Amino acid sequence: MREVAILGVGMHPWGKWGRNFVEYGVAAAQAALADAGVEWKDVQFVAGGETIRNGYPGYVAGATFAQALGWSGAQVASTYGACATGAQAVDVARARILAGLCDVALVVGADTTPKGFFAPTGGERQQDPDWLRFRLLGATNPVYFGLYARRRMALYGATREDFARVKVKNARHGLANPNARYRKEVTLDEVMASPVVSDPLRLLDICATSDGGAALVLTSLEFARRHTTKPVTIAGVSTVTPRYPNTVIEMPNFATDSAEGVAVPDVPFRDSIARGAYEQAGLGPEDLDLAEVYDLSTALELDWYENIGLCKPGDAEKLVREGATALGGRIPVNASGGLASFGEAVPAQAIAQVCELTWQVRGQAAGRQVEGARVGLAVNQGLFGHGSSLLVKS
Amino acid sequence: MAKKRTPAVLGWFTLDAERPTLLGTRCQACGTVFFPREETFCRSPLCSGTEFEEVELSRRGRLWSYTNNAYQPPAPYVPTTDPYQPFAIAAVELERERMVVLGQVVSGVSVADLEVGMEMELVLDTLNEDEENEYVVYKWRPAVA
Repeated sequence: MREVAILGVGMHPWGKWGRNFVEYGVAAAQAALADAGVEWKDVQFVAGGETIRNGYPGYVAGATFAQALGWSGAQVASTYGACATGAQAVDVARARILAGLCDVALVVGADTTPKGFFAPTGGERQQDPDWLRFRLLGATNPVYFGLYARRRMALYGATREDFARVKVKNARHGLANPNARYRKEVTLDEVMASPVVSDPLRLLDICATSDGGAALVLTSLEFARRHTTKPVTIAGVSTVTPRYPNTVIEMPNFATDSAEGVAVPDVPFRDSIARGAYEQAGLGPEDLDLAEVYDLSTALELDWYENIGLCKPGDAEKLVREGATALGGRIPVNASGGLASFGEAVPAQAIAQVCELTWQVRGQAAGRQVEGARVGLAVNQGLFGHGSSLLVKS
Repeated sequence: MAKKRTPAVLGWFTLDAERPTLLGTRCQACGTVFFPREETFCRSPLCSGTEFEEVELSRRGRLWSYTNNAYQPPAPYVPTTDPYQPFAIAAVELERERMVVLGQVVSGVSVADLEVGMEMELVLDTLNEDEENEYVVYKWRPAVA
Protein backbone atom coordinates (compact mmCIF):
# COMPACT_ATOMS: atom_id res chain seq x y z
CA MET A 1 0.00 0.00 0.00
CA ARG A 2 1.34 3.43 -0.94
CA GLU A 3 1.53 5.99 1.82
CA VAL A 4 0.92 9.70 2.22
CA ALA A 5 2.78 12.03 4.58
CA ILE A 6 1.38 13.92 7.54
CA LEU A 7 3.43 17.07 7.17
CA GLY A 8 1.59 19.24 9.67
CA VAL A 9 -0.90 18.87 12.52
CA GLY A 10 -2.77 21.47 14.57
CA MET A 11 -5.59 21.77 17.07
CA HIS A 12 -7.74 24.40 18.74
CA PRO A 13 -8.06 23.46 22.42
CA TRP A 14 -11.20 21.52 23.40
CA GLY A 15 -13.64 23.21 25.77
CA LYS A 16 -17.14 24.59 25.96
CA TRP A 17 -16.25 27.90 24.38
CA GLY A 18 -19.64 28.59 22.77
CA ARG A 19 -18.16 30.32 19.73
CA ASN A 20 -18.56 29.68 15.99
CA PHE A 21 -17.13 26.30 14.96
CA VAL A 22 -15.47 28.01 11.98
CA GLU A 23 -13.18 29.86 14.36
CA TYR A 24 -11.87 26.60 15.87
CA GLY A 25 -11.40 25.07 12.43
CA VAL A 26 -9.46 28.03 11.08
CA ALA A 27 -7.24 28.19 14.17
CA ALA A 28 -6.47 24.46 13.83
CA ALA A 29 -5.83 24.81 10.08
CA GLN A 30 -3.45 27.72 10.58
CA ALA A 31 -1.59 25.76 13.27
CA ALA A 32 -1.29 22.73 10.95
CA LEU A 33 -0.07 24.88 8.03
CA ALA A 34 2.54 26.55 10.27
CA ASP A 35 3.61 23.15 11.59
CA ALA A 36 4.01 21.90 8.01
CA GLY A 37 5.77 25.03 6.78
CA VAL A 38 3.20 25.23 3.96
CA GLU A 39 1.29 28.34 2.93
CA TRP A 40 -2.49 28.30 2.53
CA LYS A 41 -2.21 29.38 -1.11
CA ASP A 42 -0.24 26.18 -1.83
CA VAL A 43 -3.07 23.89 -0.60
CA GLN A 44 -4.70 22.27 -3.64
CA PHE A 45 -7.50 20.36 -1.94
CA VAL A 46 -9.56 20.95 1.22
CA ALA A 47 -11.47 18.12 2.94
CA GLY A 48 -13.92 19.30 5.61
CA GLY A 49 -15.56 17.13 8.26
CA GLU A 50 -19.21 18.15 8.52
CA THR A 51 -21.05 19.19 11.67
CA ILE A 52 -24.81 18.62 11.65
CA ARG A 53 -25.49 20.98 14.56
CA ASN A 54 -24.46 24.28 13.00
CA GLY A 55 -26.76 24.72 10.01
CA TYR A 56 -25.73 24.96 6.37
CA PRO A 57 -22.16 26.20 7.02
CA GLY A 58 -21.68 22.96 8.95
CA TYR A 59 -22.98 20.75 6.10
CA VAL A 60 -20.62 22.36 3.57
CA ALA A 61 -17.73 22.45 6.04
CA GLY A 62 -14.98 22.14 3.41
CA ALA A 63 -16.14 25.25 1.58
CA THR A 64 -16.86 27.06 4.86
CA PHE A 65 -13.27 26.62 6.02
CA ALA A 66 -11.90 27.47 2.54
CA GLN A 67 -13.90 30.71 2.51
CA ALA A 68 -12.77 31.62 6.02
CA LEU A 69 -9.12 31.00 5.12
CA GLY A 70 -9.62 33.12 1.97
CA TRP A 71 -10.98 31.75 -1.35
CA SER A 72 -7.94 30.40 -3.16
CA GLY A 73 -9.46 28.27 -5.91
CA ALA A 74 -8.61 25.01 -4.10
CA GLN A 75 -10.82 22.00 -4.83
CA VAL A 76 -13.08 20.88 -2.01
CA ALA A 77 -15.07 18.02 -0.46
CA SER A 78 -17.14 17.65 2.70
CA THR A 79 -17.81 14.33 4.39
CA TYR A 80 -20.05 13.05 7.14
CA GLY A 81 -19.74 9.72 8.94
CA ALA A 82 -20.85 10.47 12.51
CA CYS A 83 -17.88 9.90 14.85
CA ALA A 84 -15.84 8.59 11.89
CA THR A 85 -16.35 11.85 9.94
CA GLY A 86 -12.76 13.03 10.30
CA ALA A 87 -11.34 9.71 9.13
CA GLN A 88 -13.48 9.85 5.98
CA ALA A 89 -12.15 13.35 5.28
CA VAL A 90 -8.61 12.00 5.71
CA ASP A 91 -9.42 9.10 3.40
CA VAL A 92 -10.75 11.38 0.63
CA ALA A 93 -7.64 13.57 0.84
CA ARG A 94 -5.37 10.53 0.89
CA ALA A 95 -7.07 9.06 -2.18
CA ARG A 96 -6.65 12.36 -4.07
CA ILE A 97 -2.95 12.43 -3.27
CA LEU A 98 -2.38 8.74 -4.11
CA ALA A 99 -4.26 9.19 -7.39
CA GLY A 100 -1.83 11.95 -8.31
CA LEU A 101 -4.58 14.56 -8.43
CA CYS A 102 -2.83 16.80 -5.90
CA ASP A 103 0.28 17.01 -3.73
CA VAL A 104 -0.97 19.08 -0.80
CA ALA A 105 -4.30 18.65 1.01
CA LEU A 106 -5.75 20.24 4.13
CA VAL A 107 -8.13 18.22 6.32
CA VAL A 108 -10.20 20.17 8.88
CA GLY A 109 -12.94 19.27 11.36
CA ALA A 110 -14.51 21.46 14.06
CA ASP A 111 -17.67 21.56 16.13
CA THR A 112 -19.67 23.67 18.54
CA THR A 113 -21.92 21.51 20.72
CA PRO A 114 -25.08 22.20 22.72
CA LYS A 115 -25.37 21.51 26.44
CA GLY A 116 -26.69 18.14 27.61
CA PHE A 117 -27.53 14.94 25.71
CA PHE A 118 -27.13 14.81 21.96
CA ALA A 119 -30.68 14.75 20.51
CA PRO A 120 -31.97 14.15 16.97
CA THR A 121 -32.56 17.09 14.65
CA GLY A 122 -36.06 18.62 14.85
CA GLY A 123 -39.33 17.63 13.13
CA GLU A 124 -41.48 14.47 13.32
CA ARG A 125 -39.91 11.64 11.33
CA GLN A 126 -41.52 8.22 11.85
CA GLN A 127 -39.14 6.72 9.25
CA ASP A 128 -35.96 7.87 10.99
CA PRO A 129 -34.61 5.36 13.53
CA ASP A 130 -32.58 8.12 15.21
CA TRP A 131 -35.79 10.10 15.85
CA LEU A 132 -37.80 7.01 16.78
CA ARG A 133 -35.29 5.72 19.33
CA PHE A 134 -35.82 8.87 21.37
CA ARG A 135 -39.60 8.90 20.80
CA LEU A 136 -40.35 5.23 21.52
CA LEU A 137 -37.51 4.22 23.83
CA GLY A 138 -35.95 7.36 25.24
CA ALA A 139 -32.73 5.67 24.13
CA THR A 140 -29.97 8.28 24.49
CA ASN A 141 -26.40 7.46 23.45
CA PRO A 142 -25.44 6.55 27.06
CA VAL A 143 -28.25 3.93 27.01
CA TYR A 144 -26.34 2.01 24.34
CA PHE A 145 -23.06 2.48 26.26
CA GLY A 146 -24.81 1.16 29.38
CA LEU A 147 -26.01 -1.96 27.53
CA TYR A 148 -22.47 -2.77 26.37
CA ALA A 149 -21.07 -2.15 29.86
CA ARG A 150 -23.61 -4.42 31.56
CA ARG A 151 -22.92 -7.10 28.95
CA ARG A 152 -19.18 -6.99 29.85
CA MET A 153 -20.08 -7.42 33.53
CA ALA A 154 -22.26 -10.44 32.74
CA LEU A 155 -19.85 -12.10 30.28
CA TYR A 156 -16.45 -11.33 31.76
CA GLY A 157 -17.01 -10.32 35.38
CA ALA A 158 -16.06 -6.69 34.77
CA THR A 159 -16.74 -4.45 37.76
CA ARG A 160 -17.67 -0.81 38.13
CA GLU A 161 -14.18 -0.33 39.62
CA ASP A 162 -12.64 -1.62 36.40
CA PHE A 163 -14.58 0.99 34.44
CA ALA A 164 -13.54 3.70 36.91
CA ARG A 165 -9.87 2.66 36.52
CA VAL A 166 -10.06 3.64 32.85
CA LYS A 167 -11.22 7.15 33.79
CA VAL A 168 -8.53 7.54 36.43
CA LYS A 169 -5.86 6.49 33.89
CA ASN A 170 -7.11 8.76 31.10
CA ALA A 171 -7.54 11.77 33.40
CA ARG A 172 -3.92 11.33 34.48
CA HIS A 173 -2.79 11.09 30.85
CA GLY A 174 -4.66 14.28 29.94
CA LEU A 175 -3.05 16.36 32.70
CA ALA A 176 -0.15 17.51 30.53
CA ASN A 177 -2.07 17.87 27.25
CA PRO A 178 -2.54 21.57 26.44
CA ASN A 179 -5.47 20.77 24.10
CA ALA A 180 -7.45 18.71 26.64
CA ARG A 181 -10.60 20.22 28.16
CA TYR A 182 -10.34 18.48 31.55
CA ARG A 183 -6.86 18.60 33.06
CA LYS A 184 -7.48 17.34 36.54
CA GLU A 185 -6.69 14.10 38.34
CA VAL A 186 -9.73 12.01 39.23
CA THR A 187 -9.74 9.35 41.94
CA LEU A 188 -11.47 5.98 41.88
CA ASP A 189 -13.72 7.20 44.70
CA GLU A 190 -14.73 10.31 42.75
CA VAL A 191 -15.78 8.23 39.74
CA MET A 192 -17.68 5.78 41.95
CA ALA A 193 -19.41 8.65 43.79
CA SER A 194 -20.57 10.42 40.61
CA PRO A 195 -24.28 9.98 39.80
CA VAL A 196 -25.48 7.06 37.67
CA VAL A 197 -26.54 8.15 34.18
CA SER A 198 -27.25 4.81 32.49
CA ASP A 199 -26.62 1.95 34.88
CA PRO A 200 -23.92 0.71 35.42
CA LEU A 201 -22.27 3.84 33.99
CA ARG A 202 -21.86 7.02 35.98
CA LEU A 203 -21.36 10.60 34.92
CA LEU A 204 -17.56 10.28 35.03
CA ASP A 205 -17.66 7.05 32.98
CA ILE A 206 -19.26 8.86 30.03
CA CYS A 207 -17.58 11.38 27.76
CA ALA A 208 -18.86 14.94 27.56
CA THR A 209 -19.70 16.86 24.37
CA SER A 210 -17.16 19.57 23.57
CA ASP A 211 -16.18 22.36 21.20
CA GLY A 212 -12.88 21.94 19.40
CA GLY A 213 -11.07 21.84 16.08
CA ALA A 214 -8.32 19.74 14.52
CA ALA A 215 -6.49 19.84 11.19
CA LEU A 216 -3.87 17.98 9.18
CA VAL A 217 -1.72 18.89 6.20
CA LEU A 218 -1.37 15.73 4.10
CA THR A 219 1.06 15.58 1.19
CA SER A 220 2.61 13.16 -1.25
CA LEU A 221 5.83 11.52 -0.03
CA GLU A 222 7.76 13.33 -2.75
CA PHE A 223 6.50 16.72 -1.57
CA ALA A 224 7.17 15.83 2.08
CA ARG A 225 10.76 14.80 1.39
CA ARG A 226 11.48 18.29 0.09
CA HIS A 227 10.42 19.64 3.52
CA THR A 228 11.67 17.04 5.99
CA THR A 229 14.07 14.11 6.12
CA LYS A 230 11.78 12.02 8.32
CA PRO A 231 8.16 12.29 7.21
CA VAL A 232 5.45 10.75 9.38
CA THR A 233 3.12 8.68 7.22
CA ILE A 234 -0.38 7.27 7.18
CA ALA A 235 0.11 3.54 6.58
CA GLY A 236 -3.56 2.55 6.54
CA VAL A 237 -7.05 4.02 6.66
CA SER A 238 -10.05 1.80 7.30
CA THR A 239 -13.60 3.10 6.92
CA VAL A 240 -15.27 -0.33 6.76
CA THR A 241 -19.00 -0.95 7.01
CA PRO A 242 -20.41 -4.01 8.79
CA ARG A 243 -21.03 -7.32 7.02
CA TYR A 244 -24.52 -8.76 7.10
CA PRO A 245 -25.83 -9.88 9.53
CA ASN A 246 -24.48 -7.43 12.13
CA THR A 247 -25.32 -9.23 15.38
CA VAL A 248 -24.40 -6.53 17.91
CA ILE A 249 -26.97 -3.83 18.63
CA GLU A 250 -25.69 -0.51 17.28
CA MET A 251 -26.80 3.09 17.76
CA PRO A 252 -29.41 4.15 16.70
CA ASN A 253 -31.03 0.80 15.87
CA PHE A 254 -33.95 -0.96 17.55
CA ALA A 255 -32.72 -4.41 16.72
CA THR A 256 -29.77 -6.36 15.36
CA ASP A 257 -29.96 -8.06 12.00
CA SER A 258 -31.51 -11.51 12.25
CA ALA A 259 -28.99 -14.36 12.03
CA GLU A 260 -31.75 -16.94 11.41
CA GLY A 261 -30.75 -18.94 8.35
CA VAL A 262 -27.87 -16.58 7.42
CA ALA A 263 -24.19 -17.29 7.99
CA VAL A 264 -22.68 -14.91 10.58
CA PRO A 265 -19.44 -13.24 9.35
CA ASP A 266 -16.19 -14.70 10.71
CA VAL A 267 -15.04 -11.25 11.89
CA PRO A 268 -17.57 -9.16 13.86
CA PHE A 269 -17.92 -5.52 12.83
CA ARG A 270 -15.93 -3.97 15.64
CA ASP A 271 -13.04 -6.40 15.09
CA SER A 272 -13.08 -5.64 11.37
CA ILE A 273 -12.47 -1.88 11.84
CA ALA A 274 -8.82 -2.01 12.96
CA ARG A 275 -8.21 -5.15 10.92
CA GLY A 276 -8.87 -3.13 7.76
CA ALA A 277 -6.06 -0.72 8.66
CA TYR A 278 -3.66 -3.50 9.76
CA GLU A 279 -4.15 -5.32 6.44
CA GLN A 280 -3.47 -2.22 4.35
CA ALA A 281 -0.30 -1.45 6.31
CA GLY A 282 0.99 -5.01 6.62
CA LEU A 283 1.11 -4.50 10.38
CA GLY A 284 -0.55 -6.14 13.37
CA PRO A 285 -1.35 -5.39 16.99
CA GLU A 286 2.11 -6.65 18.00
CA ASP A 287 3.66 -3.76 16.04
CA LEU A 288 1.86 -1.02 17.98
CA ASP A 289 3.61 1.29 20.41
CA LEU A 290 0.39 3.05 21.39
CA ALA A 291 -3.30 3.35 20.50
CA GLU A 292 -5.91 6.09 20.64
CA VAL A 293 -9.32 4.42 21.04
CA TYR A 294 -12.79 5.96 21.13
CA ASP A 295 -13.67 5.95 24.84
CA LEU A 296 -17.23 7.24 24.57
CA SER A 297 -17.49 5.37 27.86
CA THR A 298 -14.88 3.83 30.12
CA ALA A 299 -16.33 0.36 29.47
CA LEU A 300 -16.11 0.88 25.71
CA GLU A 301 -12.36 1.46 26.02
CA LEU A 302 -12.12 -2.07 27.42
CA ASP A 303 -14.09 -3.42 24.44
CA TRP A 304 -11.62 -1.72 22.10
CA TYR A 305 -8.60 -3.46 23.70
CA GLU A 306 -10.10 -6.70 22.42
CA ASN A 307 -11.44 -5.35 19.13
CA ILE A 308 -8.00 -4.03 18.08
CA GLY A 309 -6.22 -7.20 19.17
CA LEU A 310 -4.36 -6.06 22.30
CA CYS A 311 -5.77 -9.06 24.18
CA LYS A 312 -8.35 -11.80 23.78
CA PRO A 313 -12.02 -11.28 24.73
CA GLY A 314 -12.44 -11.10 28.48
CA ASP A 315 -8.85 -10.04 29.25
CA ALA A 316 -9.24 -6.26 28.95
CA GLU A 317 -9.96 -5.79 32.66
CA LYS A 318 -6.66 -7.49 33.44
CA LEU A 319 -4.78 -5.02 31.20
CA VAL A 320 -6.20 -1.96 32.92
CA ARG A 321 -5.78 -3.47 36.40
CA GLU A 322 -2.10 -4.22 35.69
CA GLY A 323 -1.45 -0.79 34.24
CA ALA A 324 -0.44 -2.26 30.85
CA THR A 325 -2.40 0.48 29.05
CA ALA A 326 -1.14 3.35 31.21
CA LEU A 327 1.85 5.52 30.22
CA GLY A 328 4.93 3.46 31.02
CA GLY A 329 2.98 0.21 30.49
CA ARG A 330 3.33 -2.38 27.73
CA ILE A 331 0.92 -0.65 25.32
CA PRO A 332 -0.29 2.79 26.41
CA VAL A 333 -3.88 3.57 25.34
CA ASN A 334 -5.20 7.12 25.07
CA ALA A 335 -1.96 8.82 26.04
CA SER A 336 -3.70 12.05 24.94
CA GLY A 337 -6.20 11.64 27.76
CA GLY A 338 -8.82 10.32 25.35
CA LEU A 339 -12.42 11.42 25.21
CA ALA A 340 -12.37 11.22 29.00
CA SER A 341 -10.15 14.34 29.00
CA PHE A 342 -11.43 15.94 25.80
CA GLY A 343 -15.15 15.30 25.49
CA GLU A 344 -16.37 14.67 21.98
CA ALA A 345 -16.27 17.27 19.19
CA VAL A 346 -17.67 14.84 16.59
CA PRO A 347 -16.18 15.92 13.21
CA ALA A 348 -12.85 16.89 14.79
CA GLN A 349 -12.30 13.85 16.96
CA ALA A 350 -10.90 11.32 14.50
CA ILE A 351 -8.57 14.06 13.21
CA ALA A 352 -7.49 14.87 16.77
CA GLN A 353 -6.58 11.21 17.24
CA VAL A 354 -4.22 11.51 14.25
CA CYS A 355 -2.73 14.75 15.65
CA GLU A 356 -1.88 12.92 18.88
CA LEU A 357 -0.35 9.93 17.10
CA THR A 358 1.74 12.28 14.95
CA TRP A 359 3.11 14.16 17.96
CA GLN A 360 3.82 10.82 19.65
CA VAL A 361 5.76 9.26 16.77
CA ARG A 362 7.70 12.51 16.32
CA GLY A 363 8.60 12.46 20.03
CA GLN A 364 6.85 15.79 20.64
CA ALA A 365 4.14 14.75 23.11
CA ALA A 366 5.53 16.66 26.06
CA GLY A 367 4.45 15.33 29.45
CA ARG A 368 2.68 12.30 27.96
CA GLN A 369 5.31 10.90 25.56
CA VAL A 370 5.33 7.15 24.92
CA GLU A 371 9.06 6.44 24.85
CA GLY A 372 10.36 5.45 21.44
CA ALA A 373 6.92 5.44 19.82
CA ARG A 374 7.09 4.59 16.11
CA VAL A 375 3.67 3.09 15.26
CA GLY A 376 0.27 4.16 16.55
CA LEU A 377 -3.31 3.11 15.80
CA ALA A 378 -6.46 5.23 16.08
CA VAL A 379 -9.91 3.62 16.10
CA ASN A 380 -13.44 4.89 16.45
CA GLN A 381 -17.07 4.15 15.74
CA GLY A 382 -20.18 6.23 15.28
CA LEU A 383 -23.82 5.77 14.31
CA PHE A 384 -25.35 3.87 11.38
CA GLY A 385 -22.50 1.42 10.83
CA HIS A 386 -19.66 3.90 10.58
CA GLY A 387 -16.27 3.00 11.98
CA SER A 388 -12.74 4.02 11.23
CA SER A 389 -9.17 3.17 12.00
CA LEU A 390 -5.90 4.82 10.96
CA LEU A 391 -2.31 3.68 11.33
CA VAL A 392 0.37 6.34 11.72
CA LYS A 393 4.11 5.60 11.68
CA SER A 394 7.43 7.38 11.66
CA MET B 1 -64.66 10.02 27.80
CA ALA B 2 -62.03 7.30 27.34
CA LYS B 3 -59.02 8.29 25.31
CA LYS B 4 -58.35 6.62 21.98
CA ARG B 5 -55.75 3.82 22.13
CA THR B 6 -53.34 4.79 19.39
CA PRO B 7 -50.17 2.86 18.49
CA ALA B 8 -47.17 5.19 18.94
CA VAL B 9 -45.79 3.77 15.69
CA LEU B 10 -47.77 2.02 12.96
CA GLY B 11 -47.36 -1.66 12.14
CA TRP B 12 -44.64 -2.60 14.62
CA PHE B 13 -46.82 -4.69 16.97
CA THR B 14 -50.28 -6.22 17.30
CA LEU B 15 -52.79 -4.57 19.62
CA ASP B 16 -53.74 -7.87 21.30
CA ALA B 17 -54.03 -6.85 24.95
CA GLU B 18 -53.33 -10.39 26.28
CA ARG B 19 -50.70 -11.76 23.90
CA PRO B 20 -49.21 -8.94 21.85
CA THR B 21 -46.44 -9.70 19.37
CA LEU B 22 -43.92 -7.64 17.47
CA LEU B 23 -44.62 -7.49 13.73
CA GLY B 24 -41.71 -7.95 11.37
CA THR B 25 -41.46 -8.95 7.74
CA ARG B 26 -39.97 -11.99 6.00
CA CYS B 27 -38.38 -11.83 2.56
CA GLN B 28 -40.37 -14.15 0.25
CA ALA B 29 -37.24 -14.95 -1.75
CA CYS B 30 -34.72 -15.88 0.97
CA GLY B 31 -36.70 -16.07 4.21
CA THR B 32 -34.69 -13.45 6.10
CA VAL B 33 -36.63 -11.76 8.90
CA PHE B 34 -36.60 -8.01 9.54
CA PHE B 35 -37.63 -5.90 12.51
CA PRO B 36 -38.49 -3.06 12.26
CA ARG B 37 -40.31 -4.11 9.08
CA GLU B 38 -38.51 -3.96 5.75
CA GLU B 39 -40.88 -3.78 2.78
CA THR B 40 -38.94 -2.57 -0.25
CA PHE B 41 -35.58 -4.34 -0.75
CA CYS B 42 -34.19 -7.35 1.06
CA ARG B 43 -31.17 -6.24 3.11
CA SER B 44 -29.34 -9.54 2.77
CA PRO B 45 -26.46 -8.84 0.36
CA LEU B 46 -27.07 -12.27 -1.20
CA CYS B 47 -30.70 -11.57 -2.13
CA SER B 48 -32.52 -9.14 -4.40
CA GLY B 49 -36.00 -9.93 -3.07
CA THR B 50 -38.69 -7.25 -3.16
CA GLU B 51 -41.72 -9.22 -1.84
CA PHE B 52 -42.31 -9.48 1.89
CA GLU B 53 -44.88 -11.09 4.16
CA GLU B 54 -45.75 -9.86 7.64
CA VAL B 55 -44.65 -12.17 10.45
CA GLU B 56 -45.26 -12.25 14.18
CA LEU B 57 -42.01 -12.48 16.16
CA SER B 58 -41.40 -14.56 19.28
CA ARG B 59 -43.14 -13.08 22.31
CA ARG B 60 -40.38 -14.19 24.66
CA GLY B 61 -36.60 -14.05 24.73
CA ARG B 62 -33.52 -13.93 26.96
CA LEU B 63 -32.24 -10.68 28.42
CA TRP B 64 -29.04 -9.87 26.47
CA SER B 65 -28.35 -6.72 28.49
CA TYR B 66 -30.12 -3.87 30.25
CA THR B 67 -29.64 -0.33 31.52
CA ASN B 68 -31.75 2.68 32.47
CA ASN B 69 -32.28 6.38 32.00
CA ALA B 70 -31.51 7.98 35.34
CA TYR B 71 -32.04 11.41 33.73
CA GLN B 72 -34.90 12.51 31.51
CA PRO B 73 -34.07 11.93 27.82
CA PRO B 74 -34.45 14.89 25.43
CA ALA B 75 -37.40 15.35 23.02
CA PRO B 76 -38.97 13.70 21.12
CA TYR B 77 -39.14 11.55 24.28
CA VAL B 78 -42.22 12.70 26.20
CA PRO B 79 -41.97 12.43 30.00
CA THR B 80 -44.96 10.73 31.63
CA THR B 81 -44.46 11.84 35.21
CA ASP B 82 -43.53 15.05 36.97
CA PRO B 83 -41.07 14.78 38.61
CA TYR B 84 -39.35 12.45 36.17
CA GLN B 85 -39.11 8.77 37.16
CA PRO B 86 -36.15 6.71 35.83
CA PHE B 87 -37.05 3.68 33.73
CA ALA B 88 -35.15 0.62 32.54
CA ILE B 89 -34.39 -0.40 28.96
CA ALA B 90 -33.88 -4.02 27.92
CA ALA B 91 -32.12 -5.69 24.98
CA VAL B 92 -33.82 -9.06 24.52
CA GLU B 93 -32.49 -11.87 22.32
CA LEU B 94 -35.18 -13.78 20.43
CA GLU B 95 -34.01 -17.37 20.09
CA ARG B 96 -35.78 -18.38 16.87
CA GLU B 97 -35.11 -15.13 15.00
CA ARG B 98 -31.55 -14.86 16.43
CA MET B 99 -32.10 -11.13 16.85
CA VAL B 100 -31.75 -8.68 19.76
CA VAL B 101 -34.63 -6.19 20.18
CA LEU B 102 -34.56 -3.07 22.37
CA GLY B 103 -37.57 -1.96 24.37
CA GLN B 104 -38.51 -0.04 27.47
CA VAL B 105 -39.13 -2.14 30.57
CA VAL B 106 -42.55 -1.72 32.21
CA SER B 107 -42.71 0.74 35.09
CA GLY B 108 -42.23 -0.81 38.50
CA VAL B 109 -39.36 -3.02 37.27
CA SER B 110 -35.95 -1.45 37.89
CA VAL B 111 -32.42 -2.53 36.95
CA ALA B 112 -32.14 -4.11 40.41
CA ASP B 113 -34.84 -6.60 39.35
CA LEU B 114 -33.06 -7.63 36.13
CA GLU B 115 -30.33 -10.14 35.34
CA VAL B 116 -28.67 -10.98 32.03
CA GLY B 117 -30.06 -14.30 30.75
CA MET B 118 -33.48 -14.10 32.42
CA GLU B 119 -36.60 -14.76 30.35
CA MET B 120 -38.52 -11.67 29.24
CA GLU B 121 -41.89 -11.30 27.56
CA LEU B 122 -43.59 -8.66 25.46
CA VAL B 123 -46.49 -6.55 26.77
CA LEU B 124 -48.30 -3.43 25.64
CA ASP B 125 -48.17 -0.34 27.79
CA THR B 126 -48.77 3.38 27.64
CA LEU B 127 -45.93 5.41 26.17
CA ASN B 128 -47.54 8.79 26.89
CA GLU B 129 -50.91 10.55 26.62
CA ASP B 130 -52.21 13.79 25.17
CA GLU B 131 -55.71 15.34 25.27
CA GLU B 132 -57.31 12.71 23.04
CA ASN B 133 -54.93 9.78 22.72
CA GLU B 134 -53.28 7.16 24.85
CA TYR B 135 -50.19 6.26 22.81
CA VAL B 136 -49.45 2.56 23.12
CA VAL B 137 -46.04 0.93 22.70
CA TYR B 138 -44.49 -2.53 23.23
CA LYS B 139 -42.40 -3.02 26.35
CA TRP B 140 -40.50 -5.88 27.99
CA ARG B 141 -41.10 -7.35 31.42
CA PRO B 142 -39.71 -10.39 33.26
CA ALA B 143 -41.68 -13.40 31.98
CA VAL B 144 -44.57 -14.58 34.12
CA ALA B 145 -44.47 -18.40 34.18
